[in-house]
Amino acid sequence: MAKIVKRATAGTMESSDAFVQIAPADDLEIELHSVVEEQFGEDIRALIRRVLNESGIQSAHLRVEDRGALDCVLEARIRTAVSRAAEGTKKGDAQ
Amino acid sequence: MIRSLLFIPGNSPSLLVGGGFLGADALILDLEDAVAPAEKDAARLLVQNAVRWFKRFPVRTIVRVNALDTPYFRADIQTVLPAEPDMIMLPKSGTRSDIEQALSVMSVTGNEKTALFPLVETALGIENAYSIAASSPRVYGLLLGAEDLTRDLHTKRTGEGAEIAYARGRIVCAARAAGKEVYDTPFTDVNDDAGILADTETAKSFGFTGKASISPRHIDPINRIFSPSPAEIREAQDIVRAAKEAEKEGRGVIALNGKMIDAPVLARAEQVLASISAPTPVAASITTDKADKKENEERSDKEVSDER
Repeated sequence: MAKIVKRATAGTMESSDAFVQIAPADDLEIELHSVVEEQFGEDIRALIRRVLNESGIQSAHLRVEDRGALDCVLEARIRTAVSRAAEGTKKGDAQ
Repeated sequence: MIRSLLFIPGNSPSLLVGGGFLGADALILDLEDAVAPAEKDAARLLVQNAVRWFKRFPVRTIVRVNALDTPYFRADIQTVLPAEPDMIMLPKSGTRSDIEQALSVMSVTGNEKTALFPLVETALGIENAYSIAASSPRVYGLLLGAEDLTRDLHTKRTGEGAEIAYARGRIVCAARAAGKEVYDTPFTDVNDDAGILADTETAKSFGFTGKASISPRHIDPINRIFSPSPAEIREAQDIVRAAKEAEKEGRGVIALNGKMIDAPVLARAEQVLASISAPTPVAASITTDKADKKENEERSDKEVSDER
């Protein structure tokens, strides 16, 4: 199980991207803002829960600003934010 | 056959997701120069997912990783190789040893399918081009990188390209001697329409297999110039047919329209026909999923607002 130890971000607010912010929390809290929330909000939340589960994250506050990102983009941004917040590494570290 | 290779920045979702629709035979997803050091980790994960996304398109995926002597190389390979891109492009390939080191790191991932595509962009690399190309069966071919090369040569790029004439000739000869494909450097002035045509014709006359590009606008001229014309295809078909008839009739000499066809002419005709039998990328029919729905939604929203 991975633990979120600090606040971290990944992605951008540009079209086709998503901006993801993650921070330590006692429970799992997901805050989603999406340009396609009405149509795909449930699908996006399911994807977020799956990626967090695969990353071993059980508690965190995750805020996602979705700008029409494809699943493959959103998944990469969440994994990057988790990696930056859980490992104690700096942005862009080699390993 | 791959004719056109299009560079796409590795950390730009808007450019990445549209890459499969641009008509390029292969996409070079760039983790090197196009990505800032602070975003290397994000780009790696994005490119890993993008490689999987592109498997639904008839386009080859090539990932340009960071050079061997950077702190990013190993992490690039370890993150990207499990997604099985068609090739890894190794920048600043200068010696046979560079290729062996890269293949050694790649082998640790257990991926035995992904080929290696050395980017030759230094004076040392040009001089060692044959040993680089012949260093392993896993080397697909060579790409000439003229921007870094001209810096190394203490000169600068020109539209005419006289400063890279030696490098072009040498890299083509080296790759062909090793039995490998070889690709020309991008033409970097994206607004010079006559320039891209002239530069691509020059590349073809040198014997390159195709050409890289940094602009989607250059894909069509590259594909066109590196494809045989209808007249060339007809001539090649006639030559091959004449050769088959001569063989069937036990004649040692092949003649077509009163002219003798010798072995190199027949071999060239067979190359032309082989190049058109390779699959040509076309827009794929993609299964409808959430991603496509999103795209359609956005498109229809835009169309509605345009109509207003």
